[in-house]
Amino acid sequence: MSTHTLSVLVENKPGVLARVAALFSRRGFNIDSLAVGETEHPGVSRITIVVDVEPGSLEQVTKQLNKLIHVLKIVELEAGASVQRELLLVKVRAEAATRGQVVAAANLFKARSVDVTPDTVTFEVTGSSDKIESFLEVLEPFGIKELVQSGTVALGRGAKSMASLSRYVSPS
Amino acid sequence: MSTPVKAPKPGPQAVKAQPARPKAPKPGPPHSTQAAAPVLTGAQAVVRTLEELEVEAVFGIPGGAILPAYDPLLDSEKVRHVLVRHEQGAGHAAAGYALATGKVGVCMATSGPGATNLVTPLADAHMDSVPIVAITGQVASTAIGTDAFQEADIVGITMPITKHSYLVTDGADIPRVLTEAFHVAATGRPGPVLVDIPKDILSKPAPFVWPPRMDLPGYKPTTQPHGKQIREAAALIAESKRPVLYVGGGVIKAGAHAELLELAELTGAPVITTLMARGAFPDSHAQHLGMPGMHGSVPAVHSLQKADLIVALGARFDDRVTGKLDTFAPEAKIVHVDIDPAEIGKNREADVPIVGDCKAALAAMAEAYTDPGQDRLKAWWDTLNDLRERYPLGYEPHGEGEMTAPQYVIERLGALADPDTIWTTGVGQHQMWASQFIAYEQPATFLNSGGLGTMGFAVPAAMGAKLGQMDRPVWAIDGDGCFQMTNQELATCAIEGIPIKVAVINNGNLGMVRQWQTLFYDQRYSNTDLSTHHSEDSPRVPDFVKLAEALGCVGLRCDHPDEVDEVIKQANAINDRPVVVDFTVGPDAMVWPMVPAGVSNDEILYARDMRPTFEHEGAV
Repeated sequence: MSTHTLSVLVENKPGVLARVAALFSRRGFNIDSLAVGETEHPGVSRITIVVDVEPGSLEQVTKQLNKLIHVLKIVELEAGASVQRELLLVKVRAEAATRGQVVAAANLFKARSVDVTPDTVTFEVTGSSDKIESFLEVLEPFGIKELVQSGTVALGRGAKSMASLSRYVSPS
Repeated sequence: MSTPVKAPKPGPQAVKAQPARPKAPKPGPPHSTQAAAPVLTGAQAVVRTLEELEVEAVFGIPGGAILPAYDPLLDSEKVRHVLVRHEQGAGHAAAGYALATGKVGVCMATSGPGATNLVTPLADAHMDSVPIVAITGQVASTAIGTDAFQEADIVGITMPITKHSYLVTDGADIPRVLTEAFHVAATGRPGPVLVDIPKDILSKPAPFVWPPRMDLPGYKPTTQPHGKQIREAAALIAESKRPVLYVGGGVIKAGAHAELLELAELTGAPVITTLMARGAFPDSHAQHLGMPGMHGSVPAVHSLQKADLIVALGARFDDRVTGKLDTFAPEAKIVHVDIDPAEIGKNREADVPIVGDCKAALAAMAEAYTDPGQDRLKAWWDTLNDLRERYPLGYEPHGEGEMTAPQYVIERLGALADPDTIWTTGVGQHQMWASQFIAYEQPATFLNSGGLGTMGFAVPAAMGAKLGQMDRPVWAIDGDGCFQMTNQELATCAIEGIPIKVAVINNGNLGMVRQWQTLFYDQRYSNTDLSTHHSEDSPRVPDFVKLAEALGCVGLRCDHPDEVDEVIKQANAINDRPVVVDFTVGPDAMVWPMVPAGVSNDEILYARDMRPTFEHEGAV
């Protein structure tokens, strides 16, 4: 088993996410992370899926995804050839005695404080999943009260875009 | 969006490559929406669109949510509605119609239970790649999601068993959505498409623009095979010493039987036809070895196991064909031709993958092929011919005073039938025997449920096939178990003037299950006796002859082997009404040969406890 990041361009139509997700669940694959959002083309969304599967299974699920009428294009983004980012919001215990250490740790990770109470600080940080994981490890001893993470979003490195969508979408 | 999304038109090449494929609607030049379009209700738009798409028949049942669509249907002179007795019947009838005609079959049902009754035929059509469009009524848009009366999320329920589905939210979309539905169903790898339309959308007026512009940017089936792959495949065939052409249902769907015959004769390679491909290559042809798989012929199964090259044509290496996958065809290189890229490499890695339409691929392979002389195949043919001689398909005939052998009935049905006869079957022993003991010479003459294995397919599929091919006789070969699942459609056949013939191979049991109980469950016959035989302590329940008569059909019975021919001739002579023949047959007959489930094809049994000997092994 290995982790793969798939970037899937889809028509923004009702039910498209359910159809995509169902292809994974039907085969018993657990989706590690999922992010959906609009793209530079109106009517086209990008779904970024991180999934832990055998390479052979991935090929089959990719082919099945390609059969969905609303799927326009699928690319696997290799870690080295793409930029992959997650967003984390984390509420950490920070009383007067520990607050300085908490903030110092956050600064090392370039996290921004976005909410402060007498007992807690909430940080916002973006980065690779490794960075997010390390940040959480550092905060752990202070006491994490609550956290939320976005799915990974990713773009291929270099000047090229994932696809020229001209064959799908006329210029606006 | 400031500019509308442009729909790609089906390329001229794609159309040319598949003339025998189900007719896809041809969208004309886009109309300006500014031009005054007539205003129709959603219901009128549905019927008008079906007329424009040249739909001849719709199988369905009205109900609350679909009711508006039935009003304009009453006035349509082009679309014939066949009022079925159960929605499952509508779905299988649409499939039978599609398989027999090559056109898209259409069924219609109301919301909730009407729609959920279509689930089985949709799943069936999905597994066997049958182009059907199901139109379902839905509760009003405002009531969706409220658990309204007769509400079911049919789009959600059928997502994994349809090629695509739609929930219409604007009446103006109806012509486009239906046109797309027919196009998607018929092109590429065919399959079922569901269109769900809320009742208020059916009732409200909206502009009707014809022809509509299809908007399917993500749908581009590859039909033209890659030239380099074709040349590689042709070279492999020329090099091989033990080739076999493994023909699946895709060859029939592509209308590629003539191209198959040409390539087969050009190469001299043996041909095997799967359950879905029976008739794609003439059974009488010297190069035909029969059906592969769990109940395939010994030479066909052995040809796969010993081949050095398998050319898979519109086939998908189903577990019923491969047996235990690890030991399947260990020495074979694979050329795999399929229009669905997801099938290639799914079960067996392909050495030469060819994505494309079988018709185009076969023609191209024949052109690229240079025959090195067929002497190289002599040893191969000697082996296969020896197996053919020693292990022909056969059965134990009934002895004196015994009940009729079921295989004998089926063999006689085939022998006495008009050569243009279309056959349908249910699922089980009778289906396997119908595949084994009737000679199929033409494509699309053997219609059955292969992938899903849907008991009850025979009668409604025969109804649909007959409606599509009124000039040809249609025989449904059914079992007593299957027949009791969908025989209500005989009422439809009787009333609508669809004179099908049904042979109930009545062994009084769920025969295939009983066969497994005999072989693998120590002859403990748990719940397989259906009591459809007459005995001292019980009458026949039901009496199929009386049942047939009650449903408006002619009911005939054949209790004795000597009567078989006479009763078949009697049934063949009736063409004004449906006929049901209750053939009482012995319960103990088994389907042979057999590769037990999950076992290597090498372990094929010719008959019970009887493994064939292959020459490389010497005598056992």
